Order: sequence, then structure tokens, then C-alpha cells
Amino acid sequence: MLRRILRKILWIGIVFIGITLVGFFVIHLAPGSPTDLQTTMNPLADAQAQERLAAFYGLDKPLYEQYALWLKRLVQLDFGNSMGSDSRPVTEKIAERLPLTLWINAATMLLTLLLSVPIGVCAARKRGGVFDKITTLIVFLGFALPGFWLSLLLMVQFSIELQWLPLSGLVSLDYASLSLPEKALDIARHLLLPIFVSTFGSLAGMSRFMRASMLDVLRSDFILTARAKGLPERLVLFRHALANALLPLITILGLSVPGLIGGSVILEYIFSLPGMGQLFYNAVMARDYPLIMGNLVLGAVLTLAGNLLADFAYGLADPRIRSGLLLDGKREEG
Amino acid sequence: MSGKKLRYLFAAHGLLILGIFLVSGMALAAFLAPWLAGCDPLRIDQNAILLSPSLVHPLGTDSLGRDVWARMLYGARVSLQVGLVSVGISVSIGTSVGLIAGWFRGLIDECLMRFVDIMLCFPAFFLILAVIAFLEPSLFNIMAVIGLTSWMGTARLVRAETLSLREREFIQAARLSGAGTVRILLRHILPNAAAPVLVSATLGVAGAILTESGLSFLGIGVQYPNPSWGNILIEGKETLGVAWWLSLFPGLAILFAVLGYNLLGEGLRDLLDRRSP
Repeated sequence: MLRRILRKILWIGIVFIGITLVGFFVIHLAPGSPTDLQTTMNPLADAQAQERLAAFYGLDKPLYEQYALWLKRLVQLDFGNSMGSDSRPVTEKIAERLPLTLWINAATMLLTLLLSVPIGVCAARKRGGVFDKITTLIVFLGFALPGFWLSLLLMVQFSIELQWLPLSGLVSLDYASLSLPEKALDIARHLLLPIFVSTFGSLAGMSRFMRASMLDVLRSDFILTARAKGLPERLVLFRHALANALLPLITILGLSVPGLIGGSVILEYIFSLPGMGQLFYNAVMARDYPLIMGNLVLGAVLTLAGNLLADFAYGLADPRIRSGLLLDGKREEG
Repeated sequence: MSGKKLRYLFAAHGLLILGIFLVSGMALAAFLAPWLAGCDPLRIDQNAILLSPSLVHPLGTDSLGRDVWARMLYGARVSLQVGLVSVGISVSIGTSVGLIAGWFRGLIDECLMRFVDIMLCFPAFFLILAVIAFLEPSLFNIMAVIGLTSWMGTARLVRAETLSLREREFIQAARLSGAGTVRILLRHILPNAAAPVLVSATLGVAGAILTESGLSFLGIGVQYPNPSWGNILIEGKETLGVAWWLSLFPGLAILFAVLGYNLLGEGLRDLLDRRSP
């Protein structure tokens, strides 16, 4: 057990260093400099000014030295200052944007879980039945439907035609004058469509996976035993089969983190939501190196955390892993 | 073929057939674009701004009076090109990494697979967006970046196949008869691992088409005036509630293209995978 934990910690360390390396070098090896935007547009800026600016940001040092400096500050949770006109610390900028993105993604995950489990179980119970066929069709449509297009269609329908929901943004113009419950309602109305779109996107994969997992379990011998000893179908399905079929779902939930975080860019762009995705998009557009790297590394670290959390939860949920019967966990085969 | 046989074929592989139909439809549209379009997709006509669909302009015109039908057809070329080329890149990298890791095992395997772990930690869209923004957002760069950020699944797949194949008797026989490593990998292992790779490549095309349209929609994919389904949708967003044809048709096109490749991939999986029930 101790060996396993040590291995895991080593793995985390290696992956983390790798994340920072890839993130840093991808950005810095790309052509174009972050000072271009401030200098080439400005007729007063000559070559000397450009050099001074590069020196100010430390861009004149060799790449490995820049990386070492950056990593040193990173360990102290200092991502540097934004290159934007406000020059605020990157951590501060991200900290005010991150919660919204996390809330949207958490709500999405919860809804996806609540919907995909019953859908998957029902579809697997009567394989090839009407419900199975209909959900299969919807799943394929869900896989293929571009989220940004679905958003546009819903915006036209509910915000422009029917005027039930606000078009975009997080709060209305008169937000400051509202009472607390009204404020909550206002935000909820703004987030309804984004969360719906996001959930619809991940529902397809998850319910498909739940169905496959359930079908897999239903084939095993202990289900045959349970049926043979005359247990009612309800108990077989929900007590015996579901408990086992849910286990792999934990891993998939962990694996869905990067997709959700990456997807938040387009989602927040369309709905003008002030989350991490929008921050990242703006940073990319402004070539704000420290901010881009901060976001990139944080996105990857969140994914890493999601995977670890899933691994941990899997260990807690599966008594076979807890007691060490299945020593090689999910990760080793990867 | 008799009616009974045909019915059986459709019952067993209906989704696969639908997939083939959609995929070939898209390919036809892309190849025949110059002949089907009827007019230049870049031609600006100030007398035909934001016209709704009619006989002259079957899918209407955009805010510069360009024919949407023609732009859609040329957009199919972009999507198809991005899908095939980026998957070509990702499959080549993934297969090479998987073969090498699975064959040599040990330290090489460990290093390569940890690199795969690292790459998988990045939200792909973040990575693509960051790189594209620093490069020129050209078609070639988009294809290269999508390819370079999506090979990890194939690598894991090929590695697993290689690990199990390398212990088989026919590989030992090939070794004994003096075949070199490269020959064994390419002639004996690769063909036997081809089926799952083909499936994941087909599904990969669907993913690449979606990614490209997303990038173009954000304005950092295919650049104006060149048409792509994603950047027609930008105009759809700007004319939301005014010109429904600008958001409906490109979206449908993306939907059907992605659906087609997904159905084809899943259908191939059912056909090729003898282990699945």
C-alpha cells in the first residue's frame, strides 16, 4: 500500500513538472512577442524602448532562466503580473473569475450525473427496446451537436422570440438595486441556458457510458445468481447491478474535467459570462503571457486534481481496491 | 439483392449505412463545390444583402451579399480537409508512440506514457487556443495544432495492442526468422492493431471538425473572407433574430458531418470488433 502511495506521489510530481514545462515552452517557442502589441502600434516606441520593455518583463534572459524564475515564483503561488494595462497579479485576476466557471461546471456535473444514471439504467434494462433506441438516437445527436450552435438556437428562441430569459451576461443592468432573493433569481435566470447547453453536451457521453457499464455488469455471474435465487428484478437492478455499474462512472467524471474547462471558453464567450474561459480568451487575444500561462497551468492542475480525486473516490467506493485485492488500480494500465 | 436481405442489412447496420451516406454526401459536396456552387463564394453583391432563401440564393445571402449556399459548399472543403489532415497527423504520431512504447517497454515506455499523461492533463481547447493565437491562424496551423494535441488516445490504444501482440507466437516466429524490429512493427504488429486505430481515427475526424468550427466561431480559425462553417456562424450570431438562415444552415451542416463520422466510427467498431457482443 505504501509503495502504491509513493508511486502515486512520484507520478503527481512528474506530471506537474511536465505540465509546467509543456505550458511554458509551448507559449515561449511560438513566434511573436508579447511586447509587439505595445510597441509596433506605438510610433514613439523605437527599438530601444522595445528592448527596455523586454528587459522589464525578463524576456531578454535565456529561456531556461526564464523558466526557472517562473517556476520559482509558481511554487510560491505567484503567477506574476498581467501584461495588460492594469498590471494586476495573475492570481488575483484568476481568483475572481474561477468561482463562476467552477460553479457552472459543478452544476453541469451534478445534473449530468442525475440524468445519465437513470437513462443508462433504463436503456440497458431493455436492450434494443424502444427507450434504448430513442436514447441512442438522442445520444448520437448530442455528440454531434455543436454547443455554440445549440446556444445560438436557444438564445433566439427563449431570449429574442419569447423574451423569457436574458440574452447574455451574468446579471441584469438593475442588479445593484435588487433585493437578495431577487439577485439570486436574476443570476439563476442568466445561468439557465449556459448550464443547460453544457449539461446537454456531456449528457450524451455519460449516459452512453452508463448504459455500457450497466450492460457489462448485467452479464456477470453474480447477477445470474441473484436472479436464480429469485430476487425481484428491482433489487437485482438497483442493489446488485447499479452499485457495481456506478464505479467506473467515477473515473469518467474525473476524465471529463478537461473537456468541461476547455468547453467553458466557447460557452462563456457566447453568453458573455465573466468566468475563467472568457478571461483566457481575452488573455490569448492580448497575448498576455503570464495570464495565459497561469490559466493553462491552472486548467491542467485542475484536471490533475480531478483525476486524483476520482482515483481516491474509486478507492473509497470499491471495497476490492480498499482491501488491496485489485492492487493495480486504473492508472497503471494507462 | 433480394428485399429480405436488404431489410436484414438495414436492421443490422442501419446506423452504419446512415453514417456512410452522410460522410459521402459531405465528401461529394466538398469535391463538387465549384460545380454545385453556381457562383463565387467570395463575390460581394451590394444589391443582395441579407436576402432570405430564394430560388437565386437557395440558402440566402450574408451581410455582404455573398451567397450562403456557395460558402457552405466551400466550407465543406475546409471541414473535410481539417478533419482528414489533422487526424492523419494525430494517427501517425499516436501510432509511432504506441508502437515504440509497447515494443521496447521499460524506461522508454515509462517516459512516453508519462508524457501522454501530461498532455492529457491539458484541456485540449486551452492548449489549441493558446498556440493558435501565437501563430498565424492559417488553415495549415489549425490542422497541425489539432493533430498535435489529439494523438494521445491512439498512442494508448496502439501501445496496449502492441503489448499483447508482441507475446504472440507469430511474432516470435517472425523474430526467429530474422525479421528486424522495424519490419516486425510495421508488417506484423501494425496490421493487427489497425482495426481499433481505424475506429478511433474515424471518430477523431468528427472531433477535429467540431474543434475547427469552434475555433472559427471564436474568430481564430479560418479567416475572412475564406468561408468555413464556423465563421458563417459568427455572422449568424451577429444577426441573431434577424437572419435565421445564417445560423441554421451552417449548424446543421456541422451536426450532420459530425454525426456521419461518429456513426461511421461506431458502425466500424461493431463490424470490426469481434470481442464485443
